[in-house]
Amino acid sequence: MTRGARTAAVLIAAFLLLVLADQGLPRVLNSYYLTILARIAIAVLAAVSLQLVNGFTGQFSIGHAGFMAVGAYTGAALSVYGSAPLLADLQAWFPASVARALYFPIPLVVGGLAASLAGLLVGIPALRLRGDYLAIATLGFGEIIRIAILNIDAVGGARGFSLTEQAGVDLRYESLGAIGAVVAISVALIARLVYSAGGLAFRAVRDDETAAEAMGIATTRVKVEAFAIASFFAGVAGALFAHAEGYVHTNSFSFVRSFEIMAFVVLGGMGSLTGAAVAAAVLTAAPELLRGLGEWRMVLYSMLIILTMLVRPQGLLGTRELSLGFLSRRLAARPPET
Amino acid sequence: MEQFLQQLLNGIAWGSIYALIALGYTMVYGVLKLINFAHGEVYMVGAMTGYYAAHALGFAVEPSFAGLFVVLVLSMAACAALGATIERVAYRPLRSAPRLASLITAIGISLLLQNGGQLLFGADPKFFPSLVAPREVVRAGGLAVSNIQLFVFGTTMALMVGLQLVVTRTRFGRAMRAVSVDAPAAALMGVPVDRVISGTFMLGSALAAAAGILVGLSNPKIDPLMGLLPGLKAFVAAVLGGIGSIPGAMVGGLLLGVVETLISAYVSSTYRDAIAFVILIAILLYRPTGLFGTGQVEKV
Amino acid sequence: MFSSSQGSRTLAAGVLVLLGALFACGQGSDEGTAGGAGSASPIPIGHVASLTGDTATFGQSTDRGMRMAIEEINASGGALGRPLELLSEDDRSVTEEARTAALKLLQRDEVVALLGEIASSRSLAAAPEAQRAKVPMISPGSTNPKVTEVGDYIFRACFIDPFQGTVMARFATEELKAKKVAILFDFKQDYSVGLADFFRKTFTEIGGEIVADERYTSGDIEFRAQLTTIRAAKPDAIFVPGYYTELGLIAKQARELGIEVPLLGGDGWDSEKTLEIGGSAVEGYYFSTHYAADSDSPKVQAFVERYKEKYGATPDAMAALGYDTAGILADALTRAGDTSGPKLRDAIAATQGYEGVTGRISIDPARNARKDAVVLKIEGGKFKFYRSVPAS
Repeated sequence: MTRGARTAAVLIAAFLLLVLADQGLPRVLNSYYLTILARIAIAVLAAVSLQLVNGFTGQFSIGHAGFMAVGAYTGAALSVYGSAPLLADLQAWFPASVARALYFPIPLVVGGLAASLAGLLVGIPALRLRGDYLAIATLGFGEIIRIAILNIDAVGGARGFSLTEQAGVDLRYESLGAIGAVVAISVALIARLVYSAGGLAFRAVRDDETAAEAMGIATTRVKVEAFAIASFFAGVAGALFAHAEGYVHTNSFSFVRSFEIMAFVVLGGMGSLTGAAVAAAVLTAAPELLRGLGEWRMVLYSMLIILTMLVRPQGLLGTRELSLGFLSRRLAARPPET
Repeated sequence: MEQFLQQLLNGIAWGSIYALIALGYTMVYGVLKLINFAHGEVYMVGAMTGYYAAHALGFAVEPSFAGLFVVLVLSMAACAALGATIERVAYRPLRSAPRLASLITAIGISLLLQNGGQLLFGADPKFFPSLVAPREVVRAGGLAVSNIQLFVFGTTMALMVGLQLVVTRTRFGRAMRAVSVDAPAAALMGVPVDRVISGTFMLGSALAAAAGILVGLSNPKIDPLMGLLPGLKAFVAAVLGGIGSIPGAMVGGLLLGVVETLISAYVSSTYRDAIAFVILIAILLYRPTGLFGTGQVEKV
Repeated sequence: MFSSSQGSRTLAAGVLVLLGALFACGQGSDEGTAGGAGSASPIPIGHVASLTGDTATFGQSTDRGMRMAIEEINASGGALGRPLELLSEDDRSVTEEARTAALKLLQRDEVVALLGEIASSRSLAAAPEAQRAKVPMISPGSTNPKVTEVGDYIFRACFIDPFQGTVMARFATEELKAKKVAILFDFKQDYSVGLADFFRKTFTEIGGEIVADERYTSGDIEFRAQLTTIRAAKPDAIFVPGYYTELGLIAKQARELGIEVPLLGGDGWDSEKTLEIGGSAVEGYYFSTHYAADSDSPKVQAFVERYKEKYGATPDAMAALGYDTAGILADALTRAGDTSGPKLRDAIAATQGYEGVTGRISIDPARNARKDAVVLKIEGGKFKFYRSVPAS
């Protein structure tokens, strides 16, 4: 099979899988569990986007929820105040699911861009700092963003923002297939970026910034790029969240959330995209599925983080990725190639 | 004008709490170059310990200065032990690890204490007993200062002076300073670095506990999550004053308290929490050494 | 790579495991009550409540009132020949948790009706989900008008704030002869923002002057900055339409700053914690609420006696409202004839003249209840009935 044909086959298979999930799952699972699946997908995207900055570029950012907030609120505000009529028009022209599929990327991309802008604004000053100070600065920025949004009455302020029916259309978008597609595409893009030749620059900055600078890499630009791209995807995750839940409140984007996402990255392995994804999925699903674990969730997170740092600091997968090749080697019980 | 003065007084009383917590941050950073994220939670444990001690020993029902003193000492001792334990269990094993690992661990401890606190103490707020009956003391013109505010400020000053004496006049203090300047060299000179670090943690934690008791007296609502924001703000205060500098932490704390109060009064109280972070970023960008700190050059 | 010793690590791990074991105490879980009537399958009723957190007494009291009502209902046969089962989900006094709690009850437990919440912000977060699921929701105590505007499946069993704001505005003018009033409201709560708005509007209409308008956020513990500004404006009274936790602290700090004028409030003050936290500081203050436990109505007294016997405490307004709300629901179920959403909704909307502990309840076309208010005074460390205000 030619390369092109293989790619096409993979894409078609993926598409079919998503359609299947979209149509089939709601028949099998009660909507509470569908909500959990959506939340898992969003957590995966948040974690993978943070991994780009923390794991691959070595810049420890703990204010990621702030960028999600920007994306969520911008996307929501756009839908509620701006483009709801557009969706209404589209639904007049096309069958509902097609119209929504056409409309949906708009608030996502706009939210992502807004978050990316925020990422630039935060990154440019913050990246002059190192280590602990950078971490605290990003935490500070995350909080400033959150408090600023809290004071904007037009998006509900302290009482939250509801994306209920506007202009006669339901603005909520819970289609698992679509959410899954967005997350899958985003993760694939990030992976391509990081594992490309240009992406080596990120890891060079992480491993030894001074040396990288000496080798001619424009380290500040690389760091700012990482920030901007990571924030873009965080914004997309936020906008997904807003439209899936139908309601946003700044409390969902506090530093506790930033710490949670950081936990996914740390536990999965700082430097592994799949590690972050797996950690995000497992840790988001567990408290929902195991009732009564709710209050213990954060206690377990924190104990896991501490234990990981003490006993296995590279996390679950370290800098390796979970790939089919890796799995097949393990399964065949062959020693891994060095 | 008198309103402004009253707000200043309010701010100074409030800032004293930040100052006490900031001291712990600054001392630990001085000897370990570590931001002890869990410090805010030690403050919370101090307040909780005081609450339970006051009830267990009957001081909640019969308030008295002696009772307050006992509760204060008990709480400070308990938190000193907690601080030493945290250092021993979580930070010491990672002393030679990359700084990031310690930072992440510190965040982990902070989360553990908060959420564990919610399980152990219950998530509902508790109301600290009045160990001192509030009475206005000074009514000069239109100014009113309650005896509790005076007590808070007085205690803070006393602890500060005490700490400064320890640092400058005692052997332990000298050892602390030695370790913060150059730990390996200090070790070579016979300074028991591990013990000094432990002691530093204990001192800092005791001060945080005192802050917890004082806040319990003046703003009696306490809950397991109460340490998070004040902890971060106290860290900002420490940076503002110059991280590693003890007078800096005091000044930074008071300054932050005053600015917060003035912003609340003259702009809007809804921006109160953001102000600390704005100050933080401004300081980090324009004067990272803070008001009293000394510069540090990064060597290749 | 890391030179931590084996001993260090095992010590650390050991301590953590020990901590984990320690934290194994104090874990809560949600409860359900099954009725005693018959072996027919119980009708699941959901209750979204703040059982823990800053406004915990609201949720706890309401829940108790509901459970007592349901026990009594089940003891006399339940509704539609089946016992009622109350499933309570805690929102920890956090706004968006109310929504999550509602979703759990609607999707996971498939309740036929949703009761709750007390705080208007939380009702507003939960209501859209109930409306979407076409499951009727009755709020026992949310007074902000926006709650029932969410949709035709949302009801409430209490009065609304345009009325309550007027009650206190008139009280300030007529009873306290106050010409200048300062307001200190909770910016984060729809209830407080709304009630402050309605008070402001009425008070200025009847000739009063608002001399200071300050705000705080739920969760704050320091109010001296705002109180100092208020003090400088020399008001005759201060209207604090917030919740009891902050109110207690505000009262204490106000006294410490030398503020002697009375504070006035709304039903957000209705909790024993107001007395506990505020102590002597709240002496002589007034607030409006839904019912007075020391009312001499025989029905109220009987209810208070039964509640005291069961729970060992005097019921507050939230308990009484919870009790009545459960009663209204059971009554509506019986009238509806089955548990389907639309039928139940219509039955609730048709409620007329239901004799509750908190008064005679009729649901009007806007899905609100027209009820009288009472003003209570805090005297001798207790809430005392002061005056009744008929529904306008």
